[in-house]
Amino acid sequence: MKEMRILSPTAILGYGFPMDSFKEGMKRKPHVIAVDAGSTDPGPYYLGAGKSFTDKNSVKRDLAIMIPAAIEAGIPVIIGTAGGSGGRPHVDLTLEIVREIAKEQTLTFKLAVIQSEFDKEFVKENLRKGYISPLFPAKEITEDDVEESVRIVAQMGEEPFIKALEGGADVILAGRSYDPSVFSALAIKEGFDKGLAIHLGKILECAAIAALPGSGSDCMFGYLREDGFVLEPLSPQRRCTTLSVAAHTLYEKTNPYILPGPGGAINLHESSFNQITDNMVEVKGSKFVPTEEYFVKLEGVRRVGYRTISCAAAKDPVMISQIDKIVESVKERVRNNFEHYGIKDFFLDFKIYGKNGVMAMFPNLEQQVAHELMIIIEAVAPTQDQADTICGFARSTMLHYGYEGRISTAGNLAFPFSPSDCKVGEVFEFNVYHLMKVDNPADLFPIDYIQFTKGC
Amino acid sequence: MEYNLIDIASVIRSKNSGPYELTFDIIFKDIDMYKRAKEARAINGKMFAALYEIDENDIISLVYFDPAKAVKITIVRPIPSGALGETDVYGAQQHAPLMKMKLTL
Repeated sequence: MKEMRILSPTAILGYGFPMDSFKEGMKRKPHVIAVDAGSTDPGPYYLGAGKSFTDKNSVKRDLAIMIPAAIEAGIPVIIGTAGGSGGRPHVDLTLEIVREIAKEQTLTFKLAVIQSEFDKEFVKENLRKGYISPLFPAKEITEDDVEESVRIVAQMGEEPFIKALEGGADVILAGRSYDPSVFSALAIKEGFDKGLAIHLGKILECAAIAALPGSGSDCMFGYLREDGFVLEPLSPQRRCTTLSVAAHTLYEKTNPYILPGPGGAINLHESSFNQITDNMVEVKGSKFVPTEEYFVKLEGVRRVGYRTISCAAAKDPVMISQIDKIVESVKERVRNNFEHYGIKDFFLDFKIYGKNGVMAMFPNLEQQVAHELMIIIEAVAPTQDQADTICGFARSTMLHYGYEGRISTAGNLAFPFSPSDCKVGEVFEFNVYHLMKVDNPADLFPIDYIQFTKGC
Repeated sequence: MEYNLIDIASVIRSKNSGPYELTFDIIFKDIDMYKRAKEARAINGKMFAALYEIDENDIISLVYFDPAKAVKITIVRPIPSGALGETDVYGAQQHAPLMKMKLTL
């Protein structure tokens, strides 16, 4: 029977894996090693700033094991969403790491680099053609929104990876990718069922998170066959159970039965999960249903300004009992103080931990107030200088604010740090989260090849 | 009979599903209790909206998922992840009200 074996070393490149698990994986003679290197979970900053949320040394440690092992075994390594967000600077950061490893270990291999960042003009052109629609609950965008974006990437499906494999790539380093694509590309190229391949990829992209006990820094192994697939954790401490695998299918998804991606969705209505050994689970019945037209998902962010924060605490019960009123008065004083000075366009927020700090996005929830509060004063303004001004002034105003019934007249706040204020830097927010219709998904993402011979 | 959800669930969690959605998973400990909850639609949109004090129209989906003995509720994120006013970028600590929920089965 035909079988494709896939090794997923870790949930996110840089999260690491035990060497013993990796060796167990290599013993099972995988046809490909694949890893997802990114996520939108850490928020809009990283895509905007062109930085990675994973650490360079941690990423290098993982790749320095995976790449030589794959070259020795004669199998490809596929890396998706390089640098955490998959923009051009993120791909470049990871490319630099690959170059260092190639040189240090004098490796010979052909590298394919696939980019996923689009020029704004290209996006605007597609917007004019009516090819771009919002992904609910995001809103419609205009050409101005596109212009305001600092970076826009698109999630690639398996097509560019297949093209790079056909181009003879030993290692593929790709920009923003639909997470399962790196795991499913080789299998789809070899004619395996697309629904099963993508569903397997959906689970492998989080590596051992789908096992019990779960871990984001341990390996998972997938066996894809013609009529189903099997998952096996590679540490003897972990088991896959029908529940751990099915529960993982829920994770970070909108609806567990229909999982949309580039070009279509996988449908799990007829999926079955069976325990075949103590630690292995078999899944059958997942189907790929293509959409009539092919869409890719766009992600873009705009710069909002610069942030400064100050952390301060309160213990005084009289102050705590009046905290909402005090916050409003301080906000008003800050606004009034700088109105004529010319600093008017700013965001000032007080996150009150011990009250509603964690769940302030649900403002109507009932609140219990603790006996002490941590207050994070946050100012966002068009320049760092203005953010410093607003945060600093709000902090000093609150420190000495004469609220009603005040008897602790020396100061209202306990600062854990000196200096009390901290520059956080640029602030971004998502402003593009849209679908774009494409005619040829393989050609949308340009591929460059780099041949390394004994490290050079 | 009235049950505390925390006693009959093995997992209660929240997380972003992309930057514009927040999703809640409740995985039951045993299949019978799950089936009873499913049959009675004990967890439903009206009740969830009341618990979080949100508009019921902001619930994108509420699905009983048999393979995992789970109920999954996905809502419009009150603000997109990381927007001004954010307090939980990953959305991983928005589940607490569910831990106080009671079900009559």
